[in-house]
Parts: sequence; C-alpha cells; structure tokens
Amino acid sequence: MDDVLIVITLLLVAASATAAVAVRDPVRQALVLSLLGLTLAALFTVLQAPDVALSQLAVGTALTPLLLTLAVRKVHRRPHTRDDGRGGETTGSTGTTGNAAAEERGE
Amino acid sequence: MSRRLRMWVLALGLAGLAGLLGAACFDLPDFGGDEHPYGDRAVRAALSHHTANVVSSVNFDLRAFDTLGEESILFGAVLGTVVLLRQTRDERHVEPAPARVSPPVRRYALYALPVTLVVGLYVVAHGQLSPGGGFQGGVVAATALHLLYIAVDYRALRRIRPVGRYEVADAAGEAAFVLLGAAAMLGGSAFLANSLLPYGEFNTLASGGTVPLLNAAIGMEVASAVVVLLARFLDQAVEIEESPKPPDNPDEPGVNAP
Amino acid sequence: MMHVLPYLVAAWVFLVGCYGLATSRNLIHAVGCLAVCQSATYVLLLAVGYRDGGTAPVFSDLEPGSRPVVDPVVQALALTDVVVGATVTALLLALVVQVAKRHGTVDPDELSELRG
Repeated sequence: MDDVLIVITLLLVAASATAAVAVRDPVRQALVLSLLGLTLAALFTVLQAPDVALSQLAVGTALTPLLLTLAVRKVHRRPHTRDDGRGGETTGSTGTTGNAAAEERGE
Repeated sequence: MSRRLRMWVLALGLAGLAGLLGAACFDLPDFGGDEHPYGDRAVRAALSHHTANVVSSVNFDLRAFDTLGEESILFGAVLGTVVLLRQTRDERHVEPAPARVSPPVRRYALYALPVTLVVGLYVVAHGQLSPGGGFQGGVVAATALHLLYIAVDYRALRRIRPVGRYEVADAAGEAAFVLLGAAAMLGGSAFLANSLLPYGEFNTLASGGTVPLLNAAIGMEVASAVVVLLARFLDQAVEIEESPKPPDNPDEPGVNAP
Repeated sequence: MMHVLPYLVAAWVFLVGCYGLATSRNLIHAVGCLAVCQSATYVLLLAVGYRDGGTAPVFSDLEPGSRPVVDPVVQALALTDVVVGATVTALLLALVVQVAKRHGTVDPDELSELRG
C-alpha cells in the first residue's frame, strides 16, 4: 500500500515538474509550479517527512509562485517596454488597483 | 555560438549527465533500506535531550551551527533583495487606488486571516513537539498578513506592515541566534551547544533546552524575512514605476554594472 | 524497480530543470526552472532517508523504540533548504527585475547581443 502511494506521488511529481518546464509563459508556469509544490508536499507526507511537507506547502505552493507573478507584473508594467507597439497600451493600462495577479492574465 | 550548435552542446551535456546520474542511482543504497546510522544516532541524541520532534532537534541542537549558516544565507538574500529593489532616483511612487473586492472574497479572507496567523504561531511554538517549527510557521504567519491584500487592498496591507520594523525584527532574529550560541560558550561549553537550560520534561512546551528559543528566533527571522521580501516585490509591482519622461540613453550613469 | 525509482525520478526532475534553464527565452521562466532543479534535491534527500515501514521521527505520540523511524537528518537538511531556496529565488527575481529595468528585456539572447 505504501509502495503504491509512493509510486503514484513520484510519477505525479515527475509529470508536474516536466509540465512546469514545458510551459513557457511565466505566469502559467507559476501556476504549474504551485501544482508541483502540492504534489511534492504529498510525496513528502507519504515519505514520512511531515516537517518538510509543511515547509514545501507554505513555500512551494504559495510563496514562490507569488514572487514569480509579482516579478512578471513588474517586468511587463514598465511604461516603455520595447518599440513593438505595445508601449502605449501598457502605459494606458497601468491602473494601480489592488490585485496584482488578476491583471496579468492578458500577457 | 549559433543556436543550433548550442542545442547540440546542451544535448551532449545532458546526455552525459543523465548517464552519470543513472549509473549513480543504481549504486546508491536501496530505497527503503534499513541502514541509517546517522538517523539512528540523531534519534538517540534527540531523545536524550528530551526533544520529541527529532527533526527540530537536528536543526536547533545537533546541527545548530549548520542552521546558523542557512539562516545567514537567508539574511544575506533578503538584504540583497532589499538593496536591489529599492526605489531609485528615476522612479516615482504611485499611490495605489482603492480596489473593489467582492463581498464573499472579502469575508473569506478576513475570517481566514486570524486563523492562519494563529496556526502559523502555533506551528512555531510547537516546533520541538510536533511537525513544524520556525521555518514553516514563520512562512505561514507572514503569508497570513497578506490575506489583508486580498480582503481589502494594498493600502490596508501597508498600514499593518511597517517594513522598517520587520527589517529590524529580521536582524534581531539572526542576532538572537548568534547570541544564544555565544551564551552557551560563556556557560563553558561549545558554541551553540544545548547546555544553557535544563532539558525539561519530555513532550512539554518547555522541553528541549535551548531548542524552543532558537526555534523562536528562526521563526521571527523567517516571518519578517518573508514579509520584507513580499513588501519589496509588491512595492515594485504596485507602487513604483519609472518616470514618465524616459531618458533617451538607456545607460543610466553608474548603474550599468557588468 | 522500486528500489531505484525515487532516485531516477529525482534525476529526471533535475535534468528537466536543467534543460528548461538552458533553453529558456525568459529570465523569469529560467528562475522557475531553477526552482524545479531545487525540488529534485529534496526528492533525492528524502528518498535516501526513507525506511520501509518507518514512520515520521516525531515522538510526541509514539513510544520510543516501538516502531522504526525514517532518517531525521536528511529531513532537517531538506527542510531548511526549502525555505532558504525560496529566498534565493527572491534574490534572483530581484536581479531579473533590475535587468529588465536597465535593458528593457528579459530574453537572455537579446541581453547577450546588447553586451556584445
């Protein structure tokens, strides 16, 4: 029984890690990374490491994806990105409302 | 190097690494084996120091010096981030507008905030007894504060989060760890040795000698480190933007370090 | 197979992360790939410390000696690494934000052209 659980969670970890690399858009990657964090937490629990699972749950599913999304928002929010015609649009839409993650979907 | 050539070099390197790693995997002790000499000794040492959670005992007692190193990396990384993400002269501060949050989200976040905060503090306080400790609880407590950003808006979060004080708390956590280690030396034993306090009764909050104290120091440092990190990134993402008059030469004086 | 599968998964995750790191066209994506590489080390560490039929090394509700426990030393290593790894990720992202500010791009290829 233990072995079955370990194999399942290991394969889930391998699959989500592959997906996290294959997804090229950083915002989507942040979401997949948080999924990877969840599967890793499950694996660590099955491997009898609750301390590490807790740590991974807090950091891997919440903190790292959040930092990545914030960095993406900052990088894309610059008033003049490059001369590819998107600059004006970006300047117009820098509505500094509260929620950072929600606004980044378009990119 | 052309892109094509680079891909070939990469493929060669990855194939070589894969071969070596694969061969190493088959030479490692079998997964699930019964031979764990260090683990067995760590368990014995932790029990003799009356610490129920052996992982905390390893972190804050048996290998506390190693944790000091980890903590210093954390401290240095936070310091570097603070320096890199400060507001520079060619940037201006934009006051964030109040945001409209839908009532269910607001209700959920406002209920979840105190619960999450208490869970985080509980996890820190019971580090020597049950799974958890300063590292995990610190992150949980710090992220709990940011539920206020989801519930209300950025200005509300900023009000309960004086970043300067959290920076001081970060340094204080690091200092407390070093001072507790030095105090053990004054007591006549080695740096960071668990000899300062009585080991207490097994499986109570006050057990484990200095383990709960070092654990609390780490909890404080990690919590304030995460708050400071997120504050710097949120400031950059929400508040700070470049001046509207972009300088024509992209080479800013003195900042274009190689 | 079971006796090497966890190690092979760790190796696979590491290699995939390396591949992503080397082929990434966006520095933020590259930092994410580095996080994947880091997670490979956690899998390897915990796999080395696992013991069949073992339980977590926490004795608050367990009579010492009544059951085998898994290796706590590797768990302590992985645990601190998880948190410290996140702060290092933050530092790298701060560097990426600086690069974007100074050069207006986060594509490593364009950056090397700028420098040349």
